[in-house]
Amino acid sequence: MNYTVTELTEHIRQMFQENYWLQDVTVRGEISNLKRAASGHWYFTLKDEQAQLRAAMWRSSVNLQNYIPENGAMVEAHGYIDLYAARGEYQLIADRIRPLGIGDLYAEFERLKAKLAAEGLFDQARKRPIPYFPVRIGVVTSPDAAAFRDVQNVLRRRFPLAELILSPCAVQGDAAPAQIVAALERLSRFVGVDVVLLVRGGGSIEDLWAFNDESVARAVADCRIPVITGVGHETDFTMVDFVADMRAPTPSAAAEQATPNIDDLAVAISNMRDSITLATQSRIESLRSELESAQRGLRHLSPVRTIATLRQRIDDWNARLEREQHARIRTLRERLASRTAALHAASPQAILARGYSIVTFTDSGERVKSAAEAHAGDGITVRLHDGDLKARVEDWETHEQYRRTLF
Amino acid sequence: MSNIDALSFEAAYAELEKIIDQLESGDLTLEESVTLFERGRKLSDHCQALLDKAELRVSQITESGDVQPLG
Repeated sequence: MNYTVTELTEHIRQMFQENYWLQDVTVRGEISNLKRAASGHWYFTLKDEQAQLRAAMWRSSVNLQNYIPENGAMVEAHGYIDLYAARGEYQLIADRIRPLGIGDLYAEFERLKAKLAAEGLFDQARKRPIPYFPVRIGVVTSPDAAAFRDVQNVLRRRFPLAELILSPCAVQGDAAPAQIVAALERLSRFVGVDVVLLVRGGGSIEDLWAFNDESVARAVADCRIPVITGVGHETDFTMVDFVADMRAPTPSAAAEQATPNIDDLAVAISNMRDSITLATQSRIESLRSELESAQRGLRHLSPVRTIATLRQRIDDWNARLEREQHARIRTLRERLASRTAALHAASPQAILARGYSIVTFTDSGERVKSAAEAHAGDGITVRLHDGDLKARVEDWETHEQYRRTLF
Repeated sequence: MSNIDALSFEAAYAELEKIIDQLESGDLTLEESVTLFERGRKLSDHCQALLDKAELRVSQITESGDVQPLG
């Protein structure tokens, strides 16, 4: 960034103005360098052991001031922080200054606190949860108070979905406690709000005193709706803070604690949108993979497959059967051929064909089985493969004799 | 299922959260998943639209208990 001094100073000044806390602050310290100018304004410094703060009080506030401080006085000043551009100094613009010395009030506060604590009004178990989405938010404060404006600003920025219902009341002075009680009562009686903000901006301890009132504390404890308090500043504790369901340090903080942030919601919705898409995609993916694995399983179990297997097996068997049959037939055929051949070889006709002959007695037709059976003069028939010879035995001799003559 | 346009932000938001739980539990049929997906998208559009057009309403309760718009 590149600024002129004026621009940068103006920027810093805006930072002060945008800070809720610094616009409504109460500060304790010792008065020094007090100047009461002719214009009616007061200029002074507030200091403690370690720090100093420049301060001014304009004539309009000075005129309302009963207490006139002196250098060295311990005071509590209320106002806002601003930047004095001409000197480049930040300063407190005070609208109230009062002397410290409040021992009496403090003692009273402690007595009531002990009493309510003893009744159990501060118990954690009594505290109700604050709804996450408060549709209607009740606010108990003064319509003119900066606190009401702060709450509206925060809600506009943070959770404009809500409806804000003001239950107006005085927030300081003698009438304030009764009005605060009545305002709380109206909210819980007439409208269904989801949460109540009981708020007031910073001020002196006397200014905040209505919030230490016993009847107010009891009204908060008895309220049917969860109550968030935001009274005074960070360091201010009033009785209602102890009995409330939740205590916020300031009015703005009370509005913040009552509501979700719209930017967070937008992000959450966008994230949920992504989650929905992702979850659906992954569901579809897993269904797809289930389907694919089922299809694989089905292919395994399919009868088509079984039938094909069986068919193949049958084909195998058929082929084997055929091969075996062929082999057997061939064997049988070969055996038949050899038998036929043997048979053929053994037939009388075949024997005759090879040159052998059968001799029978012509008369009886008996086979001549031995040479000794025949006698000279016997008629014999010699059967050859192609015809018979009629002959007559002339002589015979045994092989023994024959051999002898032959060799 | 109710008409989405009539739903308040809170109701739509709560239903969105429920739909995500259901979708992420992972034991839905395809048709259930897709139906929930579509409804979830519409719900998130609806929520976003409500956020976009939201404008804080401010009113005041009178002593008699009447609620009147303020400012």
